[in-house]
Amino acid sequence: MGIELYLFILLVFLIVGALIAVETKNLLSSVISLGAIGFGLSIAFLFLRAPDLAIVQIAVEVVLLIFLIRATIGRDVIPTKGHIHWAGLLIVCLLTVGFFAFGYYAFRSLNEFGTPIISAVGNAPSNKYLADGLKETGSANIVTSILLDYRAYDTLGEATVLFAAVLGALAVLRGRAWSKREKDK
Amino acid sequence: MVYALCFVLFVIGLYCTLTKKNIVKIVIGLTIMEYAVNLFLVLLGYRKDGVAPIVEEGAGPLEFLARSVDPLPQALVVTSIVIGLGVTTLAIALCVRLYEKYGTFDISEIRRLKG
Amino acid sequence: MNGMTVIVKTVTRWLKVFIFLYGIYIIITGHLAPGGGFAGGVIIACSYMLLTLAYGKEFTLKRLSLRAGHHLDSSGALLFLVVALFGLGSGGIFFANVLQNRYPGAKFTLLSSGTILISNIAIGLKVAASLFLIFIILSVLRIVLVEDGSQKMIQEEEEE
Repeated sequence: MGIELYLFILLVFLIVGALIAVETKNLLSSVISLGAIGFGLSIAFLFLRAPDLAIVQIAVEVVLLIFLIRATIGRDVIPTKGHIHWAGLLIVCLLTVGFFAFGYYAFRSLNEFGTPIISAVGNAPSNKYLADGLKETGSANIVTSILLDYRAYDTLGEATVLFAAVLGALAVLRGRAWSKREKDK
Repeated sequence: MVYALCFVLFVIGLYCTLTKKNIVKIVIGLTIMEYAVNLFLVLLGYRKDGVAPIVEEGAGPLEFLARSVDPLPQALVVTSIVIGLGVTTLAIALCVRLYEKYGTFDISEIRRLKG
Repeated sequence: MNGMTVIVKTVTRWLKVFIFLYGIYIIITGHLAPGGGFAGGVIIACSYMLLTLAYGKEFTLKRLSLRAGHHLDSSGALLFLVVALFGLGSGGIFFANVLQNRYPGAKFTLLSSGTILISNIAIGLKVAASLFLIFIILSVLRIVLVEDGSQKMIQEEEEE
């Protein structure tokens, strides 16, 4: 059993945190529950032998919490109101349950947990990376050697997306100036 | 079993995105879905009793090849996490801007006030 | 508003250096240990966010202006692209690890992996500057059009 039991407990914790984050009325509690999910996910990555991911996740979660709390604090004084569309809610529930059933059916075709594709397929790309990574790139961390040598083109795309996100935030918040100017007139 | 629980997390995020009326709640649902997908990709690469994909000094290469977890999903998920932060931040900027214009986070109110 | 209480300011004064150094350590040992440009960049951005939250926005913007942030962001992306084109020019392949092929270093040392170290630094610079810029744009600054038509960034006046 071992690690599967730990993962099971951790995933139940994540699901409970997600339910609280979705259903609670107070926005600040919701954001803090999201932070709990992120830190739990970081521990899950440590269990799954992915220390790089754990470091990145914990740092990103801190930054995301700062942003979200800055966006929500002191803002939502007016609670959302209006009647609930029961028919729409029923349709959404049916859709999500059907989606889950479909996904559960599809997951049965996967390998059992703990047997990755690289152990079944001999000439998978990851096997080559693991065997030749240290010799070809000189990097002891195979994840870094994939990220910045074998598949560095993906990383270039990531840099572009981040640049676009900065430009998008700047362009969206630039509109503040225009509305303020119109108000002054 | 573990895959199914991970999928439950995804479905919760989907439900939140579809039914909630608060924009920040929708952003939270999107983030939960993103976490679930990242976790699922890393779960796929786990090997029973595996070691982290970092070569230690003096370890035999064949033994490392037989025991390490799959490094490829991890490398792609690192990129995905940082991109997710950028996308979520853009969504938060949109939320702040909408609040400044309409004074509320409620999407039905915002739709009514249009035009 | 000029930051938080004196306790927070004193703790921040000691702590910010260590957070910054930890980020640099994560970046430059990214090819030997867990970490890399992404994690280190986010941690460096965190140190600047801590400084902004504790001391107020004027203090941080005096030390790292918005224009400098833009330049750091662009130079990180440019450095990464230069590494790629350098590989294309001398190795024939985009992102070819030329330094490692020509001058392989001793394994498990800092200079063992050629262009990966440079790429890590470029990515770290890029991520740190981007997140710092987003934080400043989202929370601190307001862009207004001043009277002569030129755009200028001023600090958001406190409302309510």
